[in-house]
Amino acid sequence: MGKYQQKTIMIGGGILFGLLLILAQFKMIDLYVQSVIMFIGVNIIFATSLSIVNGYMGEFSVGHAGFMAVGAYVSSLLSVILFTVDKETGMSILPPSMSIYLFPIIIIVGGIAAGIAGLLVAIPSFKTRDDYLAIITIAVNFIIITALNNMDFVGGSRGYMGMKKVIYGMEGIFKFPYMLFWVITFAIFTVFLIRRFITSTFGKGIIAIKQDEVAAEIMSVDTNHMKLVAFMFSSGLAGISGGLFAHVIGYVNPGSFSILKSTEGLVMVYLAGMGSLSGSVISAILFTILLELLRPLQIFKWVLIPLILIIVMQFRPEGLMGDKELSDYFPKLKKFYKFK
Amino acid sequence: MLEVKDLKVRYGNIEALHGISFTVNKGEIVTLIGSNGAGKTTTLLSLSRLPKPEAPTVVSGDIIYNGESLLKIPPHEIVSKKRIALVPEGRHIFGNLTVNENLEIATYALDKGTDVKAGYDQVYSLFPRLYERRKQRSESLSGGEQQMLAVGRALMCGADFIMLDEPSMGLAPVLVQDMFKAMKVMNESGMTILLIEQNARIALQFAHRGYVINTGEIVATGTGAELMEDPEVKKAYLGG
Repeated sequence: MGKYQQKTIMIGGGILFGLLLILAQFKMIDLYVQSVIMFIGVNIIFATSLSIVNGYMGEFSVGHAGFMAVGAYVSSLLSVILFTVDKETGMSILPPSMSIYLFPIIIIVGGIAAGIAGLLVAIPSFKTRDDYLAIITIAVNFIIITALNNMDFVGGSRGYMGMKKVIYGMEGIFKFPYMLFWVITFAIFTVFLIRRFITSTFGKGIIAIKQDEVAAEIMSVDTNHMKLVAFMFSSGLAGISGGLFAHVIGYVNPGSFSILKSTEGLVMVYLAGMGSLSGSVISAILFTILLELLRPLQIFKWVLIPLILIIVMQFRPEGLMGDKELSDYFPKLKKFYKFK
Repeated sequence: MLEVKDLKVRYGNIEALHGISFTVNKGEIVTLIGSNGAGKTTTLLSLSRLPKPEAPTVVSGDIIYNGESLLKIPPHEIVSKKRIALVPEGRHIFGNLTVNENLEIATYALDKGTDVKAGYDQVYSLFPRLYERRKQRSESLSGGEQQMLAVGRALMCGADFIMLDEPSMGLAPVLVQDMFKAMKVMNESGMTILLIEQNARIALQFAHRGYVINTGEIVATGTGAELMEDPEVKKAYLGG
């Protein structure tokens, strides 16, 4: 594989990304399409991060949205407190113009907070195995939602807003589709990061845990340590997706991170195939578009989508991609990008 | 080489080993025999120090390996630092990998720059059958071949002490003989072996020394030949 070809995809992707930004900048694509693209980005981060634990490590975490909530609330609170004049949080601590530079850092801080929450959950839960992890993570999801519902300073069940002010503040200084830029940047960054993580020696250990934990242990894989790190990494990325989600919508309420959101993540991962990064990306894209297309069906889309999952499990139980990557189906792609 | 001193372990509230002591000297094949539920596998799991929930909790006693207590060592260093390999009950090979890849994975614990070729040569000369099947996915192997692979994998870790948990389980009698002969060859080239067996007859036949374990206690000990002649052992484990 030549360096030249690898550069091609980077340049090609860059041009595409730039084109998208220009189109958005001059309002050539409407806000609705922009928001769908942003949701795709958020879902890509959410699904690929869940695929570390549920796909590559073979554990069954069901409360991923809980960590998304942690990231969403932490980064929302931070950006509102730091950059806006609010009747509850008072004057802005930093000049609003700094938000342009500090925004990604705020999102990452939200991710770190979610990662710490993930670690706190992982320490007790990986003393157990299999179904118990699922039960614990469901419980954690409920705990986080209930806690948020009862915290008055983040609005309780009414939700929390004010993030739009930050975004408008940024746009007021220089007109640019900031959120679109950051969502896509973070999504690309996440996918690259996970790919590196999974293909490292450390990642091989994680895949070994999925295949046979006892065998991994007697091959001197420090399974407990690896599970903690993988879970923390996964929930940290979920926190990043949460932070972006909150700023895209400009409003968060505990209800949007309920068990239903966790289920969406599971659907995306299992639709994609367990242990396929490109699969998770593709299924996040398809799933988000599907959700939009099925909007006219209103609540019935939640009948149709699980039905699709049932059909996939019947006829292709390993998911759309199984543990294969896109390049395994289209070997010519390897010329441009090394998938694993 | 290995000295187990008055080891007491429990699962939850149930004490599974009530203070067992035994030693394994360098270059020996030592076997622990006993019936179902006697505590054989428990002993091995406490020695291999697998993390919970597999392994039981050590209550008291000590495990001394080459003058150092194993209880203070994190589980993953048992292989990478102490060079103790475990062939677990039920083989636990990576079914989706080929034979060769399974062996390759075992070198994960080795230091950088170690000559792994000698390891492959040793495994394939010991088990020519595995060489024939080296490119095959290991889940497609027969039970006996999988067991060979599990033993081969332990050899690849660069271990000088191997613990085997019921290598004869689920194997045809002729394969059991082969397996034990291979073990003898390994032993002659310097490997120390601790063997857990239900098939007492063949285990005692090949072992230098043996211990009989019953409901968490050592009830008899002696050389393989001595135990074969012991009337109690004969009655209980060798069928009269």
